[in-house]
Amino acid sequence: MAASDARTGERPGQGASAAFSTQPAAAGFGEWFDRQSRHLFIMPAVIMILIFSIFPLIASLILALSRVRLRGGGYNIRFVGLANFEKQIFGSEQFHFLGTFKGMSVLGWAVTVIVGALLVWWLITYVRGKVWVPGLIGRLLTASVLFGITVLFAATLFSGSQFGTLGVSLFYVFVGCSVQFVIGLGLAFLCAQPIKGRTFFRVVFFLPLMITPIGIGYAFRMLADTTKGPFAPVWQWFGLGDFAWASDPWAARIFIVIGDSWQWIPFIFVVLLAALENVSRDQVEAAHVDGAGGLQIFREITWPQIAPVAATVMLIRVIEAFKLVDLPNIMTAGGPGIATESMTLHAFFAWRAPDLAQSAAISYLLLFVAVVLCVSFFNLVVLKRRAAMA
Amino acid sequence: MRAFPLAAILLGATALIGTAAPTAQAQKAYEGVEINLLTRPGPVIAGRLEERGKEYEAMTGAKVNVSSVPFADLFQKLLTDWATGTNSIDVGVFASGWAVEMQDAGLLADLSDFVAADDALKIDDIAPYFRDFNQKIDGKTYLITIDGDFQMVYYRTDVLAELGLEPPKTWDEYLEVAAAANGKDMNGDGEPDFGSCMFKKRNAQGYYAIMSIAAQYVQTQGTGQGIFFNTDDMTPMVNNAAWKAALEFYKASGKYGPPDELNHDIGDTRALVTSGRCAVMIDWGDIGPLSIDEATSKIKDKVGAVPLPGSTRVLDWDSGELVDCSAETCPYAVDGVNHAPFAAFGGWSGAINANADPQVIEAAYGFLSYMNQPEQSNVDVTMGWTGYNPYRISQFENVDPWVEAGFSREAAENYLGAIGDSLNNPNMASDLRIPGTQQYQGLVLDREVARFLADEISADEALANIEAGWEEITEDFGREEQLGMYRASLGITN
Repeated sequence: MAASDARTGERPGQGASAAFSTQPAAAGFGEWFDRQSRHLFIMPAVIMILIFSIFPLIASLILALSRVRLRGGGYNIRFVGLANFEKQIFGSEQFHFLGTFKGMSVLGWAVTVIVGALLVWWLITYVRGKVWVPGLIGRLLTASVLFGITVLFAATLFSGSQFGTLGVSLFYVFVGCSVQFVIGLGLAFLCAQPIKGRTFFRVVFFLPLMITPIGIGYAFRMLADTTKGPFAPVWQWFGLGDFAWASDPWAARIFIVIGDSWQWIPFIFVVLLAALENVSRDQVEAAHVDGAGGLQIFREITWPQIAPVAATVMLIRVIEAFKLVDLPNIMTAGGPGIATESMTLHAFFAWRAPDLAQSAAISYLLLFVAVVLCVSFFNLVVLKRRAAMA
Repeated sequence: MRAFPLAAILLGATALIGTAAPTAQAQKAYEGVEINLLTRPGPVIAGRLEERGKEYEAMTGAKVNVSSVPFADLFQKLLTDWATGTNSIDVGVFASGWAVEMQDAGLLADLSDFVAADDALKIDDIAPYFRDFNQKIDGKTYLITIDGDFQMVYYRTDVLAELGLEPPKTWDEYLEVAAAANGKDMNGDGEPDFGSCMFKKRNAQGYYAIMSIAAQYVQTQGTGQGIFFNTDDMTPMVNNAAWKAALEFYKASGKYGPPDELNHDIGDTRALVTSGRCAVMIDWGDIGPLSIDEATSKIKDKVGAVPLPGSTRVLDWDSGELVDCSAETCPYAVDGVNHAPFAAFGGWSGAINANADPQVIEAAYGFLSYMNQPEQSNVDVTMGWTGYNPYRISQFENVDPWVEAGFSREAAENYLGAIGDSLNNPNMASDLRIPGTQQYQGLVLDREVARFLADEISADEALANIEAGWEEITEDFGREEQLGMYRASLGITN
C-alpha cells in the first residue's frame, strides 16, 4: 500500500471504481465503509479498553476524592476533595505513607545537596542543548520526583527515622530489582556457555516463575521459621536460635526481597538468555582471535547488544515490583510494625477495613510514582539504548 | 411472620440422636435449597459447619455450601457482597461485633420471629450475655451464637506446682510466673521452653489481647462503663495511663516468649502451647478442649485456667492516671484486685443476608438453629478442633459431657469455672459493637500496637496515634450516631 493510501485508508484504484459505478448509493456506502473500516475494526478494542481500563481509573478517582460507606443496595458517597490525599501526605497517615520526620541529619543534608546539585546540573545540560518543551516538562517532573525521593530517604533512613510504605516499596523496587538483575544476568551468562547439562539448569532456573506467589510466601515463611522450621537446627547451630528475622525490620525486608528474587530471577534469566543467544557469534569469535579477554568481550560486544532487552526487561520488572503484595502479606503481614508494608499492601489493608476511599487514594499515589519513574526510565534509558543500537 | 417448618427440623434432629425415626419424606422440607455460607478457613469454625451441614442436608434436603476466606478478609467480603447486591453469600459466620455495621446498613435479616417460634433453640439455656447482647442489636435478634468467646489465662499446673507458684491474679504476677518458668524444659525434649506465649502478629487476631489486658485497668464500674470511649461525648478513653500500662505489660511479656512471637498467629501459638512449650498464655476457651486431644497434645490434665488477671491500680477517668483500688474506685474488686473479664470478639455467630430468597432465609435459620441447639452444641464445644467454646448454661452446669470428651473431672470443673466466673462477673467488659469496629480495632489499634511492639514508636506515641485515628473514624461515621450506638451496645438506655 502506498503511503498516501495508508493515511486516507483508501485502497489503490478505489476512486476510479466509484466513478464508473452504476449503483451510486451502494457504492457511496461501500466507499464510506472502506474509509471507516479501520475505525470500525479498532472500535471493539477501544471499547474494551474504555470499559476495563479507563472506567475503573475514573471510578477509583471518584472514590479517592470522596468518603464512601457501603449501604444496603450500594454506596453512600460524600465528596471531600483532596482530603484523602492530604491525610496521606500531610495528615494523620503521613508517618504511614511517607515516614516519621524528626529533623535531618548531616548525612541527610549532604545527600540532599549532592543529589539536588546533580539533578540541577542534569537539567542545565539539557537546557543548554536543543530544548523540546514536552521533554523539558518531563525532565522537570522526573527531577522533582527523584529529588522528593532523595529528601524522603535523607530525612528518614539517613536521619535515624523510619520511612513509610512509599520507602518500603522503593526499597523492594530498587534493591530487589538490582539483585534480581545481577543474578539473573549471571545465570543467563552461565547457561549461554557450552557447558554440560545446561538444558537441565535452564529448566531448573525457570521453575520458580511457575509457582504462585502465595505458595512462595508460605514456603519462605516456613523455611525461615527459626523455632520450628526445617532449618531451625541450623539456625540454632549457628547460635541464631534467639534471632527472629520477622522481628527485625531490615532482616524482614531482606527476607522478602530474597523470596521475591527467588520468584523473579527466572524471568530476567530467561529473557536475557534469549538475548545472549542472539549475540553474534562471529563478532565474539573475531574478538577472541584478536586476543580480547572475556570481560572485554562482554563489555564491548555482548553488553551493547543485550542492553536494549535488559532495559526493557527491567522496566517490566520494576512495574511488577511496585505491585508487590503477596509476600509481605503472607510472610510478615506488613510487620514488624509497618516495616515491610508496601504501598500496595497499605492500600489492600485500607480496602479490607473497608476504607475504600483511602485505599483508592493510596493506589493513585502509587500510580503517580510508578508512572513517573517508569516513563522516565523508558524515555531516558530504554529509548536511548534503542537509539544507540539503531 | 413467615411460615417456618421447624417441626421438620426438630424431627430430623431427634432422628439424628436416635430417639425417633420419622419418614424420609417428612424430613425433606428444603429439598433443592442451597445455602451459601462464608466464614474463616477450617478446621476451626468452618470444619464443624461443614459436618453439621451434611447432617442438616440429610434431614431437610437443604445443601449447605461452606466457603472460607482468611480472617482479615472476612468482614470486607461479606460487606461488599451484600452491599453491592452481589448476594452470592446467604449466611456469614463472623464476629458478632461486626454485625452492627451490617445491620446499620440494612443488610441483615431480622431473626426475632424465627427465634420466638423455635422451642428447640431453648433460648433460656443460652447465657444471658450471649442471648441479650451478642445476638441482639436494638432489641432484635440478628445473630445466632455458635461459639462463646472470653479470653482467659491458662497455666501449666505441673510447672507452677514445681515452682511453688500460684496462678496469676494480676498482670505483675503473670510476669513473675513467666520469668520463673522461662527457659525450663516443660515437655521433656531437652530444649528450654518459654515462660509466656501470646499471638502478636499484625493483621491477625493478636490485638484482642491488648484489649483483654487494658480492660482490667480501665473498667471498674460494671459492664455499662465500657473500655473504649467516654459514654458522654464519644472521646476515646485510650490515651491514658491505663492503656499505657497495658502496652508496657504486653511488650514485657515478650521477654519470656518465643523469639519470633511478633510473627505468631493464633495457630502458631496454639501449636507451641499444646506441644508443652509454654508456662502461661492468654487465649480464648479453645486451649481447654485442645489440651485433651490425644493426637496433638502433650499437656493433657496439665493445664489450668483462670479469668484474666486484674490490677490493683485502675484508671481515674477524670485525670487519666492510675489510682489504687478502693471501695469506691473498684466496687467489684476481689481481694483488692479489679477484674474485668473481656468478651473478646463476642463469639462466632451466624447472620443471614436480608436479601436472600425467603425460603433460603428460612432454611438458613434452621441450620443456624440446628448448630446452636444443645443437642449439637453441647457436644461441639467439648472438641477443641471445632473452635467452639461454651455459651449455654447447660454447658457450664453439666460436667459429664466434658468428662466423656476426655477431661478429668477436676480439669473440666476448673476450665468451666474460669469461663463461668468471667461470664457472671458484673464487671465483664464488652467488646466494641458499633459501625466501624473493624477500622477502630483492625486498622488503627492493631497497627499502632504492632508499631509499639516493634520499637518503632513509644507507648505515648502509639496511644496518641490511636486516639487521633479513632477520632477521625468517629467523625467520619458521625459522632452522635456513634455515641448512640456505643451507649446502646453497653446497655445504656437513658
